[in-house]
Amino acid sequence: MPDAFVLLALLVATLRAATPLLLAGFGELVAERSGVLNLGVEGMMLVGAAAGFIATAATGQPLLGLLVAALAGMLMALLFGLLTLTLGANQVACGLALTIFGIGLSALIGLPWQGTPIAGLASVIWPGLDAAGPVAQQLMLLDPVLWLALLLPALVGAFLYRSRAGLILRAVGESHEAAHALGYGVLRVRYAAVLFGGAMAGLGGAYLSLVYTPMWTENMVAGRGWIALALVVFSAWKPGWLALGALFFGFVTIAQFQAGAFGLEVSPHLLSMLPYLATVVVLVLISRDETRRKLNAPAALGKPFTAAG
Amino acid sequence: MSPTPPRLALTGIVKRYGATLANDEVALSVAPGEIHALLGENGAGKSTLMKIVYGVVAPDAGEIAWDGRPVAIADPNAARRLGIGMVFQHFSLFETLTVAENIALGLGSTRPLEALAAEIRQVAARYGLAVDPGRHVHHLSVGERQRIEILRCLLQQPRLLILDEPTSVLTPQEVEGLFAMLRRLAAEGCSVLYISHKLEEIRALCSAATVLRAGRVAARCDPRAETAESLAEMMIGGRVVRTTRAARQPGPPCLVVDRLTLAPEEPFGTTLRDIALELRAGEILGIAGVAGNGQAELLAALAGERRSAAARIALDGRPVGHLGPAARRARGLAFIPEERLGRGAIADYSLAENALLTRLDARTAPRGLLDPGAVRALATRLIARFGVRAAGIAARGRSLSGGNMQKFIVGREIDAGPRVLLAAHPTWGVDIGAAVAIHQALLDLAAAGAGILVVSEDLDELLGLADRIAVLAGGRLSPPVPVAETGAEAIGLLMGSAPGDAQRMADAAAA
Amino acid sequence: MPLRLEARPEPSRAMLWLSPVLAAVLAAAGGGLVFAALGYDPLVALRTLFLDPLSTLDGLTELGLKATPLLLCAIGIAVAVQAGLWNIGAEGQLTMGAIAGGGIALAFGGEGHWWILPAMLLAGAAGGAAWAAIPALLKTRFHAHEILTTLMLSYVAVQFLGWLVHGPWIDPEGFNFPQSRMFEADALLPVLVEGTRLHAGVLLALLAVPLAWALLARTVAGYRLRTIGLAPRAARYAGFSAARGTWLGLCLAGALAGLAGLCEAAGPVGQLQPLMSPGYGFAAIIVAFLGRLQPFGILLAALLMALIYLGGEQLQVSMQLPIAATGTIQGMLLFFLLASDVFIDRRLVRVARRHA
Repeated sequence: MPDAFVLLALLVATLRAATPLLLAGFGELVAERSGVLNLGVEGMMLVGAAAGFIATAATGQPLLGLLVAALAGMLMALLFGLLTLTLGANQVACGLALTIFGIGLSALIGLPWQGTPIAGLASVIWPGLDAAGPVAQQLMLLDPVLWLALLLPALVGAFLYRSRAGLILRAVGESHEAAHALGYGVLRVRYAAVLFGGAMAGLGGAYLSLVYTPMWTENMVAGRGWIALALVVFSAWKPGWLALGALFFGFVTIAQFQAGAFGLEVSPHLLSMLPYLATVVVLVLISRDETRRKLNAPAALGKPFTAAG
Repeated sequence: MSPTPPRLALTGIVKRYGATLANDEVALSVAPGEIHALLGENGAGKSTLMKIVYGVVAPDAGEIAWDGRPVAIADPNAARRLGIGMVFQHFSLFETLTVAENIALGLGSTRPLEALAAEIRQVAARYGLAVDPGRHVHHLSVGERQRIEILRCLLQQPRLLILDEPTSVLTPQEVEGLFAMLRRLAAEGCSVLYISHKLEEIRALCSAATVLRAGRVAARCDPRAETAESLAEMMIGGRVVRTTRAARQPGPPCLVVDRLTLAPEEPFGTTLRDIALELRAGEILGIAGVAGNGQAELLAALAGERRSAAARIALDGRPVGHLGPAARRARGLAFIPEERLGRGAIADYSLAENALLTRLDARTAPRGLLDPGAVRALATRLIARFGVRAAGIAARGRSLSGGNMQKFIVGREIDAGPRVLLAAHPTWGVDIGAAVAIHQALLDLAAAGAGILVVSEDLDELLGLADRIAVLAGGRLSPPVPVAETGAEAIGLLMGSAPGDAQRMADAAAA
Repeated sequence: MPLRLEARPEPSRAMLWLSPVLAAVLAAAGGGLVFAALGYDPLVALRTLFLDPLSTLDGLTELGLKATPLLLCAIGIAVAVQAGLWNIGAEGQLTMGAIAGGGIALAFGGEGHWWILPAMLLAGAAGGAAWAAIPALLKTRFHAHEILTTLMLSYVAVQFLGWLVHGPWIDPEGFNFPQSRMFEADALLPVLVEGTRLHAGVLLALLAVPLAWALLARTVAGYRLRTIGLAPRAARYAGFSAARGTWLGLCLAGALAGLAGLCEAAGPVGQLQPLMSPGYGFAAIIVAFLGRLQPFGILLAALLMALIYLGGEQLQVSMQLPIAATGTIQGMLLFFLLASDVFIDRRLVRVARRHA
């Protein structure tokens, strides 16, 4: 059944392409729901990708690499938090700074490791990967990180809407003055949310360098951090829509590689524009209805909070 | 006196913000079951003191005693554990959450929402407060939101309830309901600390008062034994200057609105329905009503920030509905918006740059190029003519007090020599001295022949200023009634009326 | 003793201009730490980075050369930010400017027309402006936020140039290297200092400084832009059209970035290549903030950033330090700037002991 196999391969490839977007996107969704706009997702993903790759290449342990990547993303997020939360600096400017810094830092630390081969996560978890049949191989490509990413919509949804901590997080994102007046630690909640966002972005970056590619090249995240940001806007801050958006973009990413297979003779440069153009189109479609966006956006998004007193 | 210690006793409270002393050795004592007024002008230090009591702000020095025992109130949770409840002036509600979720956040408990909803209904029924726990707050009116705030406090069986300017957003009838509830609460033994600058209300409700002036306790008294005038003198520390008005004869209509219907731009805005009004030269027309009933939308439509069909709005007989703010300004319209910083003026602009905001013309900006000399001259004139206290024309907008910023904005608009002036809440949040100066400037402008439309939530202000008053409720405007033929009670009925009742109520008010 | 941030009654003028200096010093110190961590002598590295380029005429002209695109892009970005617009797609607008102007050079170059260079300059500015007009349209018509659209279109522009120089515009005699023909002499900007690469584009960039200052400080249009950026509701109250501000701010930024791209193509590069800029469009964001969004401040900041680029190249040549190190220093520069900017509006005070 070659057709079924092609479909399976396409599905697996789509899921794998969507995983970094799901991870980074849900991290950012939680941060934004707490009222913090962190435009540094791209930078956090890059540093996560580089740090995770280095740890894996040095130790041969992809799981350790994932952990290091999450920690590296959190460190970057901590830097962002110090500036925007503790010092109350402009979130947009600091997010851009985080991305510019992340591009430079990841290139610097990753340079000696460029071109180093590593054992991918799948082959470490499934020692028999090379010997398995084609269908089994495809299924083995569905690794634990991917499953985690697929579970995120349900997990984050339950957290936001079913738990008291989620209610407090939403309240802080809605009005930090009111939350503060009621005695909630606005900065503590936001630090937690931003750090979660950093860990998820780092993990998303590492998925690219450890699983998806797997290798390290400079600037390899290639705008996926920005696409994740756009997806959060597209989702209107709702977990279900974010998951759908990430899967759609995973498919668009795969489609550009599959175009050749369907006999389309188009320059790879033009095909590479697809995800970026799709992002613009999606943004236009979603922003057109301004009322809907205003209704759903966390009201305190991007506004600095300083406790008067 | 009874031997029971006061519920709350503050002594020697000091709080400093930068160079200003917000609270300077303040002492305050509230007995159990007492309704105690905290009185003072804007900036006298009332809000800071209450934030200290509620644990939002830490004092620099001073002591707090609760039922006779010294306590430290580290945060609002600690205040709530003691039994202190607070209803904020700017409500601490979350728009996109439900009533039950809002109350759950305020209680700090982990009760399931379903159980909480049942409890909310029960307590609401006991105090006659109708609410639906499942509704989202953004659907609720201002009065309903305040009920949520109060309910949130009541569910914790408070022993001291603090209300910060609670009536500024209520109709007179809603105020009566609130007072009845507070009296009942006090009779049950709960103390009430009531912050207000509305003197008649305090005389009607409170049995003790502490007056703050410039951060210090200026007086303590029994408000029932005082007059509104004597209370005002305690607040400002001198005699109240009165405005003078010249008798005037209204001229021809200068601003006419004809059957204006307009859908809102904002998600929870109010639709304007069939608005008709006629403002005459030399007349002050008051628009009363609770905020959120279409005031912002009406002003935006009149000022040109929202466009409509040309014929709907006429300025001196010429249709202007299709024109924007600048074009209408060029035809003699001026507008004093509600928000000072961010709309009427800009915090980071100098006064010179702020003067330019609505005064770009051939003198200040010939051929699209700014003339710095002319701009400086304009700002200097505004400061001198309207007695604005500022460090000079280079002073930033944010460095001015609310009253002085408002005098500057009012002065800028009046100095333009408008035929029609729209003024939104012109004295909201300014001190009494500035309020008197602003009222006098408006009266003088009307005496000089301009038509003035004043939108305000403060009925006393409108009754003192306007010749005729109309009420905006639910996006509909009642026919105006001459001030001489009506009173607060009749207008209050209109403010609370359902949209369809407007006409019937107008008849009642005029009768 | 615990410290606390507290609002200043008036923003500190001194801190406003001290902050960039402080940031530069801290970034240099941070750079030294990075070099030391990589096993290089930090003092030698810092001297190579900041001082050596300034010691020769060649170094000084190269500084002007690198400052040119940074200055043009940063002025455009600053005007846009003053109008409340986050144009982070200068890299793409630069690329489209190079394509539009370069297209004219490839089509008409070598025929000796007097109008070739002026037409290329116009086309460069128009190309950048047109690319920035797309986000302007999407923002005014569909409310799509420019921060994401400008950036996404940057990626698209770079891919578009990649397609051109791999395909239709590839040099037929270039051994299949992805690049266009070299521009003819009449399509190249004249060199100002004999024997160096400093070209007339630097004069355009220098001219943009006082013009941008005059626009912002002395014209009604500039006043409107600043008002829209500082307080959109005040602008609406005054009757200034936010849509017109968006169009003007973004198109002006795009035109200047496009001019920068054309100056690169018709200046030091002399042809179209897959990448027309080593990230000038992004570095210009840092330059704009470092220069306090003021044209004359940006002039100084652009020179500093050009020095970091130039010194970075020297580090690579003389000490084999990776060029990415300069990217790290750029990032640190912006971080330190944003952190010290906090103290323009606020100051540190000791917390008074609390009496319970």
